[in-house]
Amino acid sequence: MSSQANFTHAEAAEQFIADEPRTDWHDDTLWFVREKRDKAANSLPEWEQLRQWASDIKYHGLSNMHQLLVDFEKNAIANGIQVHWAVDGKEHNEIIYKIIQDNQVQRIVKSKSMLTEECHLNEFLTEKGVEIVDTDLGERIVQFRKEAPSHIVLPAIHLKKQDVSETFHKHLGTEKGNNDPQYLTEAARGHLRDKFIASELAITGVNFAIAETGGFVVCTNEGNADMGAHAAKIHIACMGFEKIIPKAEHLGVFLRLLARSATGQPITTYSSHFSKPRAGQQMHIVIVDNGRSRQLGRESFRNSLKCIRCAACFNTCPVYRRSGGHSYHTAVAGPIGSILNPNLDMQANKDLPFASTLCGSCSNVCPVKINIHEQLYLWRQEITKEGMAAKGKTFAMWGMSEVLAHPAIYRMAGKMGRWVVKHLPFLTNNGMNPWFKQREMPEAPKESFRDWYLNNKQK
Amino acid sequence: MKVGLFIPCYIDQFYPAVGVASLELLEKLGCEVSFPLNQTCCGQPMANSGFEAMSKGCDKNFVSNFKGFDYIVAPSGSCVLHIKEHLHDEDDPKAADEIRSRVYELTEFLVDILKVTSLQASFPFKVGLHTSCHGQRGLHLASMSELVAPAFSKPGILLKMVKGIEVTRPKRVDECCGFGGTFCVFEEAVSVKMGKDRIGEHQDNDVEYITGVDTSCLMHLEGILRRQGSKIKTIHIAEILNSQL
Repeated sequence: MSSQANFTHAEAAEQFIADEPRTDWHDDTLWFVREKRDKAANSLPEWEQLRQWASDIKYHGLSNMHQLLVDFEKNAIANGIQVHWAVDGKEHNEIIYKIIQDNQVQRIVKSKSMLTEECHLNEFLTEKGVEIVDTDLGERIVQFRKEAPSHIVLPAIHLKKQDVSETFHKHLGTEKGNNDPQYLTEAARGHLRDKFIASELAITGVNFAIAETGGFVVCTNEGNADMGAHAAKIHIACMGFEKIIPKAEHLGVFLRLLARSATGQPITTYSSHFSKPRAGQQMHIVIVDNGRSRQLGRESFRNSLKCIRCAACFNTCPVYRRSGGHSYHTAVAGPIGSILNPNLDMQANKDLPFASTLCGSCSNVCPVKINIHEQLYLWRQEITKEGMAAKGKTFAMWGMSEVLAHPAIYRMAGKMGRWVVKHLPFLTNNGMNPWFKQREMPEAPKESFRDWYLNNKQK
Repeated sequence: MKVGLFIPCYIDQFYPAVGVASLELLEKLGCEVSFPLNQTCCGQPMANSGFEAMSKGCDKNFVSNFKGFDYIVAPSGSCVLHIKEHLHDEDDPKAADEIRSRVYELTEFLVDILKVTSLQASFPFKVGLHTSCHGQRGLHLASMSELVAPAFSKPGILLKMVKGIEVTRPKRVDECCGFGGTFCVFEEAVSVKMGKDRIGEHQDNDVEYITGVDTSCLMHLEGILRRQGSKIKTIHIAEILNSQL
């Protein structure tokens, strides 16, 4: 997926919603996950305290990033792990390609890593003629379909079982029209087991990297990161530098929050701790910046780097649920994506901070207390300051601000506006007015409140 | 107690009855209320669209209208939140600070400052309560479904004092209606879909009215309801708290 989409969120959302029953299904499915999250959160009386601790630990990490990364590298190397540093996505991809070439391997499996999506690793390797098999079930489904994940935890949440059945029929030879989830999952399991057994190199993400130990934790529900890493002779783990936490004991805070926030589970099925390569295995870690230093330097947006990629903000977002992940045209969609992606490319993602009503639900579910909706507001200001707002919008806003700054002009404009709505309704009730497309205009009263006040209270 | 009544621009122009009800209600409760005649808008439409810099004129006008009151009260959670978070005046920063600390949404003012325990109001209808986001999550007028915290609702407390009313809540008790300021036109499809879904849940409760603390949400829902030909009406909470039906 290229960073410059040829559609805006609003345009893609309109297309998504055109199929209303499917939109309702998408909305209900994700709302169900949000409700599971609520139940899990409410099962812990200390939930809000945990969120605060998580936020504070991450803040400490962001404030001491330089030292934590140096410590982590030192300890990881002492453990026998090879550490690589990548300034951007391109370098990240090249480092991985070099390891592949140096070792002359062909069979590669990859568990879920949003970082590799952000860096477009699959496309890069495909162009080099290297095949990479995504082993997360949802990711494998979208990979077959040549689509991007639409959700960072539930990559194929935009698809129904019928869609999966068709995809598997085409790629795995399952029975046409057999939509039984168990049958389809077994087919995928058999297919992926073959890939695991044959794999020579396994790529995984990193959920938490621990500075004091030089080890890291990978969380999956399917165990696919483990099967890949344990079967292959080379393990490459890719991480954005913000994944660092100071101490192993801090996992007690984050692991309790992560799965509860993500899916409502008390803990992820597999929280695998990797600390050193087994005998004869190579273990690499690629630590990626790709704009993170820049974000760390932006005071208003720094806290976005606390994100642990639970996707609770996706599931609660009324806009995401009704527009689907692909409408965000980025690797990380949803509210958190809308505050991360303008940092990567402001011009290409200038629509995203506006794909929100600023309702604030995202900030409330966030397990590390990122002020997401406030950052959406602040990105809007940045985008406008950079002159990226549409000319028509800028002009309309300027006109509005002039009217509203001058009471007499405001009163005249209000009177005219009401008169128009009442006497020339075709001027507002037409196809040019997006409000009117599916909504009636408010009825115009004969007098404003101020008029009433002057007539009734100040006589 | 000198109260400055802030009637947001679109309420002034299109929903004067909300202003009248707010004024009468505050007077009934013993406040000395005045309506500064040169007020316009809080500046939120520009600021939320990314043009905060263009709202300076509004800010200045707001400060000159509302300087010196004990309290400033408005029947809108959203506009009050905007003032509380974003009002600045380079020429008179102290006055702006004062206003930010003295501005209240109507139900918040009734519950927290006037400490109202009874109302002479009756409204014998089945009413669905829409929880507006800025009032709730911004001003903390009600508990939030995302947080692990005790439940409360300031608008709910007041509605309980109204004779004859039956108050219901939608299934998703505090999901956004989709108005979102200029979002309602720039993201028209999502905005309307969100509104339709809110309305659907109130319909399931067989309500006759949908009420809330923000006329903007209600205007959006009303627009959809009228297009649908629905019998459900929208009404601002001030009108219910001031009603004698």
